[in-house]
Order: sequence, then structure tokens, then C-alpha cells
Amino acid sequence: MRYGTVDVLNGIDLTAQRGEVIALLGPNGAGKTTTIEILEGFRLPSAGSVRVLGVDPARGDERWRAQVGVVLQSWRDHGRWRVRDLLSHLGDYYAPYATDRIQRPWPVDDLLAAVGLTAHANARVSRLSGGQRRRLDVAVGIVGRPELLFLDEPTVGLDPAARREFHELVHRLADLDRTTILLTTHDLAEAEKLADLIIILANGRIIARGSPDQLSRRLTTDAEIRWTCDGQRHVHATTDATSFLRDLLRERGDQVRELEVRRANLEDAYLALVHEEETGIRTGWAERVWQQEENR
Amino acid sequence: MSPKTTALRAGLRRGAIELRSTFTNFQDLWNYFFPTVVLLVAVFFMRGATVPGTDFSLGARTLPSALGMGLLFGGLLGLAQHLVVDREDGTLLRAKAIPNGMLGYLVGKLVLVSSVAMIGLVVQLAPGMLFLDGLRLGDPSAWLTLAWVVPLGLVATLPLGAMIGSLIENPRNMGLVILPVTGLIAVSGIFYPINGLPGWLQGTAQVFPLYWLGLGMRSALLPADLAAVEIGGSWRHLEMVAVLGAWAVLGLVLAPVLLRRMARRESGSRVAARREQAMQRVG
Repeated sequence: MRYGTVDVLNGIDLTAQRGEVIALLGPNGAGKTTTIEILEGFRLPSAGSVRVLGVDPARGDERWRAQVGVVLQSWRDHGRWRVRDLLSHLGDYYAPYATDRIQRPWPVDDLLAAVGLTAHANARVSRLSGGQRRRLDVAVGIVGRPELLFLDEPTVGLDPAARREFHELVHRLADLDRTTILLTTHDLAEAEKLADLIIILANGRIIARGSPDQLSRRLTTDAEIRWTCDGQRHVHATTDATSFLRDLLRERGDQVRELEVRRANLEDAYLALVHEEETGIRTGWAERVWQQEENR
Repeated sequence: MSPKTTALRAGLRRGAIELRSTFTNFQDLWNYFFPTVVLLVAVFFMRGATVPGTDFSLGARTLPSALGMGLLFGGLLGLAQHLVVDREDGTLLRAKAIPNGMLGYLVGKLVLVSSVAMIGLVVQLAPGMLFLDGLRLGDPSAWLTLAWVVPLGLVATLPLGAMIGSLIENPRNMGLVILPVTGLIAVSGIFYPINGLPGWLQGTAQVFPLYWLGLGMRSALLPADLAAVEIGGSWRHLEMVAVLGAWAVLGLVLAPVLLRRMARRESGSRVAARREQAMQRVG
């Protein structure tokens, strides 16, 4: 994907299984929204091949569209509509696409209950709070019971309670309805909580991927040991810090000074990455950490 | 029911819901009624003056002409305005994210805009009847003419509105459209007959739909002998159908192309970028 002559996405290679929750994690400007817009069919990639539910999204027809749910970062639309009217109206378009297996659309009352908007069913959309508006966005995204749901920064602006309810809804969609979900977030904790697979983007490239477990296991086993010996600095990375230290101290115990053992955990590495992006100072340390893990 | 039929019906319902909401919104009602009041006051004070060469009330001639202008404002500017605003707030993108949503959206808008235009027509005409003499509203043939002039006028102007709405991205640029339309009003014989204007100005005016919309409404509501003071001494229905028809064909051919282009280019980041621009404007 390219803006002008700058490639903003490079070699994004991504495959999802049915019912899987994938989180695209990365700092602002990493390419998350661009990636998701290409997959939604709202934007054309400059090169490469994309298949979503077996179809090139740029050529997806209305039947394809009916199987895909979209929740974007910012909506301000339909401010004058009442919540129930809007959901029932938008649901109508999906009725012809119901199958024996999937009933479409989602009945409005159930949907309102699922996203916690029952009390606001007759409110005007413009009167909703930020968090309620976000829930409505999600409700619109799932009113057609999509097989694949895109959520771009779904929990921005939600308070902690609403965020937790949203997380439960995501689990429910994935587990009970077998909806495949691709969401973007810049919150590592959220990605860890929700996703089966986390893909970390930086500078338009995938720098790491794996289940939350895999990612954290990889990194937390990695430790960096620094010490000074005869006035010289030494750095050593190892997976088994304890036995390395035992050997080191046995051999050169007296000369070892300024000993330091540091474990890089998932959050450290991610925060370093975010910091690099935000300050614009790219030491490359964060990226190297992720990639070392990838190669091992 | 096929998906297209479903979307069509959803679009009709959509139009009805938005119509109800626009007529319960104070700001909208103000926007509809304020110009109506201004027009009626103007016509009221013109009722004593006469159309040159006749002893017919100038006010009674102006009201039907202004109704024709109302069709242009409602159809062309109304639809363009809706498209520009709905693009900025994400309504159009929402429609795009839904199967056949664009079809439903467009049907809904057409229902809304043409209903508002027709309701506006009645609201302006009814009070005018109370103090204007000579409008032949009791004559069935007047209603017969209205029955084809109004739809033809909407078919000629709505697609143009769709084209303009698809081309303008920034609501501020609506001024670019309103300015030439204002100029057109001056030369199209809405408030005063244009027989006195230079020939080339008369010719220019007759290229555009506005002159013919005014003429069409006059032909429906004014007595037949008033045709004598029009250009060519007749209501020229044939020419009217030809010119308005040509604009309709042009619009119906080009509007879908431009609408499709606009829809294709719509994405979340464009909506977000526009939103940011709008915020800067406010801040």
C-alpha cells in the first residue's frame, strides 16, 4: 500500500481461521487502519493479493458485503435517528441474505440487550454519550450477523466497565457465533485479553506475531546481563540467566562489577516500540527484540 | 424478495423516517418557513403593481415563478447539500458498508428531498391564494399541468443536485454553487419578466432549467391570456419539455457515474480527515 511514493504497508501477510480473534497491535501510524481498510474493500492496495472470505474485497459484491461487518474509528452519522429505528432500518438490508444456518438480521431487542443499549432504545443518536455511541457503532457492525467483523479501535472512549462488557461481547461473538474478528488496538493489555493471535505492526511492517502466550513466553525467557570486568563493559543475552551467572561468578567472581540482569517483558518491548514511534527516534532496539524472537 | 427490492423498500421507509424527523426539527422548520415568509411578504407588497403591458398583478405572477425557483432550490441545492453533509459525517460510508445500502440511501434521499420540495410548494401557494387575485387554482387543467411540470422539474434538477453533491467535498464550497444560481435567478424572469433584457442574456437564461421551471409554473397557475407577455407570446410547452428533458437526460446519465466515483473513494480515513478539517474550521 502506498501514499504517493511512500510505501506505508509492506509485506503484510495475514491469514485468519474461522472464529478466530486477531488483534492488529501497533502505535499510531503503524498502518493498522490502512490494513483494515484494504480488507474492508474501502481502499485499494497498490500491489499484492488480498482475499477476504474467498473474494478480492475491492470486487466484493453485495452478498460478500452482507457477510462482513465494519466498525470504524469515528462515526457521527444518523444523529437525528432513534437508536431502535436505526438498528431496525439497517438490519432490513440483511434480511435477503439470511441462510439456514445464520438468521439475518439480528432481532433488534436481542441486539440492544447484547450491547447494553436497551435503556436507550428510544434515545436520539446525537444524545448518546461517547461510550453509548461506540456501543451503537458495534451494534450496527453486527446487526447483519457477519461472518467476519472488522473493529477499528473499538474501545477508544469507553470507560473501564463498558470496556469489560465489550470484551465479553467479543468473546461471545467469537465463541458462540463463530464470528471471525479482526480488531485494531494500541493497547497491549486489550490485545492480550481478546486475541487468539496478535500481530504487531510498526512502520507498515509486521514485526512480530503469535498468540499472547507465545509472545510473552518468548520475550520473558530472554534476559540481558550487563557487567564490568577489568574496566570493560560486557553485555550478554541468554535464555538461562541463572546458570550463566553461576558460571560467570565462579570464574571471575572478584573482578565482576556493576552486575545487572534485566528481563525484557512483553510490555517493555511494546512500550519501547511505542516510544520510538512517538518520539520519532528510532533506535531500532524494540524492533530488534521482536525480530530476534521471531528468528529463534 | 430480492435484495434490490428489499433495499428499495428500506429506502422508501428511510425517506419517510427522515421526513418525519425533519418536520419535527426546529432548525429545519425555520429553514423551510423563513424563506417562505419572506417570499410571501414580498409578493404581498407586489400585489398592487402590474405586469408590464397588462393590468395583471405582478405579485400573482411572481408567486408561481418563485414556486419554480423553489423546485430548483429544493431539488438541486437540497440534494447536493444532503450529499455533502452526509459524506462529512459518515452517513454515506455507513451506507456503503451495508449490502445495497447506497441504493437505499439514495432512494431515501430522493423521497425526502422531493417530498420537502412539494410540501414547500403547497405551503407557499396556500397563503398566497388568500391575498392574490387571478391564480386559477379552481381550474382542473391547472392541476393537470402541475402534475407533469413538477415531476419533470424534479427529474431535471435532482440528478444535477446529485452530481454537484458528489463533486463537492467541503461543505464550505457550497457557496460556489449558490453564487451562480443567484445570478441565474436575476436573469430567469422569476421576479420580473425578462423581455426587457438584452437578447444574449435572455438566450443564456433559456439554456438553464430555472427559466423553464418558472415558466412552467406560470403556465399552470396563471390565466391563459398572460402567455401573450412571455417570450414568443406562448407558454412554449414543447420547448420546455425539450430543455428540461435534456437536462434530465444529461443528469441521469452523468449522476450515476459521479455517484459511483464518489462512493468508491469513500473510506474511514477520508471521513476522519474531513472531520479533522471541520474541527479546525470551528477551532
